[in-house]
Amino acid sequence: MKHLISMRDLSADKILQLLQLAERLEKDPSQIDLSRRVMAAMFYEASTRTRMSFESAMKRLGGEVIGMVGTSGTSVEKGETLADTAKIMARYSDIIVMRHPMEGAARYVSEQVGIPVVNAGDGANQHPTQSLLDLYTIIKSQGTLEGLKLALVGDLKYGRTVHSLAYALAPFNPTFYFVSPKSLRMPAHILSDLTQKGVGFKEKTTIENIIPDIDIMYVTRIQRERFPDREEYEKVKNAYIITAKLLRKAKDNMKVLHPLPRVNEITTDVDSTKYAYYFDQAENGVYMRQAILATLLGEAE
Amino acid sequence: MKELKVDPIKNGTVIDHIPAGRVQRVLAILKPRETDIVMMGMNFSSKAMKKKDIIKIEGRELTQNEVNSIALIAPAAKVSIIRDFKVAQKSRVEIPERIEGLVACPNPKCITNAEPMMTIFNLEDSSTRDLACQYCERVFTADEMTHI
Repeated sequence: MKHLISMRDLSADKILQLLQLAERLEKDPSQIDLSRRVMAAMFYEASTRTRMSFESAMKRLGGEVIGMVGTSGTSVEKGETLADTAKIMARYSDIIVMRHPMEGAARYVSEQVGIPVVNAGDGANQHPTQSLLDLYTIIKSQGTLEGLKLALVGDLKYGRTVHSLAYALAPFNPTFYFVSPKSLRMPAHILSDLTQKGVGFKEKTTIENIIPDIDIMYVTRIQRERFPDREEYEKVKNAYIITAKLLRKAKDNMKVLHPLPRVNEITTDVDSTKYAYYFDQAENGVYMRQAILATLLGEAE
Repeated sequence: MKELKVDPIKNGTVIDHIPAGRVQRVLAILKPRETDIVMMGMNFSSKAMKKKDIIKIEGRELTQNEVNSIALIAPAAKVSIIRDFKVAQKSRVEIPERIEGLVACPNPKCITNAEPMMTIFNLEDSSTRDLACQYCERVFTADEMTHI
């Protein structure tokens, strides 16, 4: 593995290797030493969680971090091309972690530089480190990826995270409930891909009845900017509010995940239940990103 | 004698069965050299297509790669290489597995539309003529493409 650009590039074996390394690093980060290695963070868009989680991952393995957040005050503002900026960064560092609003930006940069590139989000396209940390979170909380029942809830039309998660889990014999307002259904091409792969799923507009049945509830935020029509947004914005009361009939092993930030879709009284797992999920991001950095820097055997 | 609406050529290439109205776009892709003698026919009647366009290039034999580059806009085109007034070779166009620098990505959020770079599309499915952008990963049908 030279770069991490898209989940499409990863075999099931490679995914399992990364999950195992993340688990080992969570137990004992001292087995990998990235001292005197430098990670360049090229963030053309603000992102606190992804960037800080990468920084934490690199630093806890002994490495250093340089970089930029946003383009103001950088050579980008002077009109430098993405390729040039990346080529310079590649002279300063050993690995590039980048987020960019344009789709395919990370793939392009990976073709331009001689060091590993990690895609930390390219517009609506891919965010593979999120997908991998979601898989790590699921396997850690359930003990397996095989045969789980998962509800994906919220904006399933535009939600890059849920699309990617559906594909990532497809080889592991899952059953999905896709819970969304009619206007934010899972895109038809994804449903047909899943059918082709033999993945079972049901589409739902309400969540109540399936709660006793599921192992994982993956909640996403319904984003206002997706709606051209304010009225339409007002209609669906509170469609799925997960409360402690709603979870009373959940199975003991059921965990609620959310890529965060949440607004009001999970009420704070859920935080203290045994079902809340979104903060653990955020922490797992550090272990998974450690595994990714170590692998791409050639330090994982 | 209706075959001879356009003069026969001695040596060169004939591209037949181009969808009517697309001959100029085909020529824009093939980029004839200044020394090529080119004849363009438009709106000829055709049994299969009702109307069709046709191109004859005197003095130049197109390679299969050059021919394939027009596959997106003229999928049914038939290409004949002419030597000494006779058809020496006949072929159909095929969409190549990989199309570089020929068409723009229809996705306005694709990096290829923002940076000075070449587009690359990979053929996903030759029966549906679906092409995947190597960068934004979106899949488009050939009909959605516009040539650069």
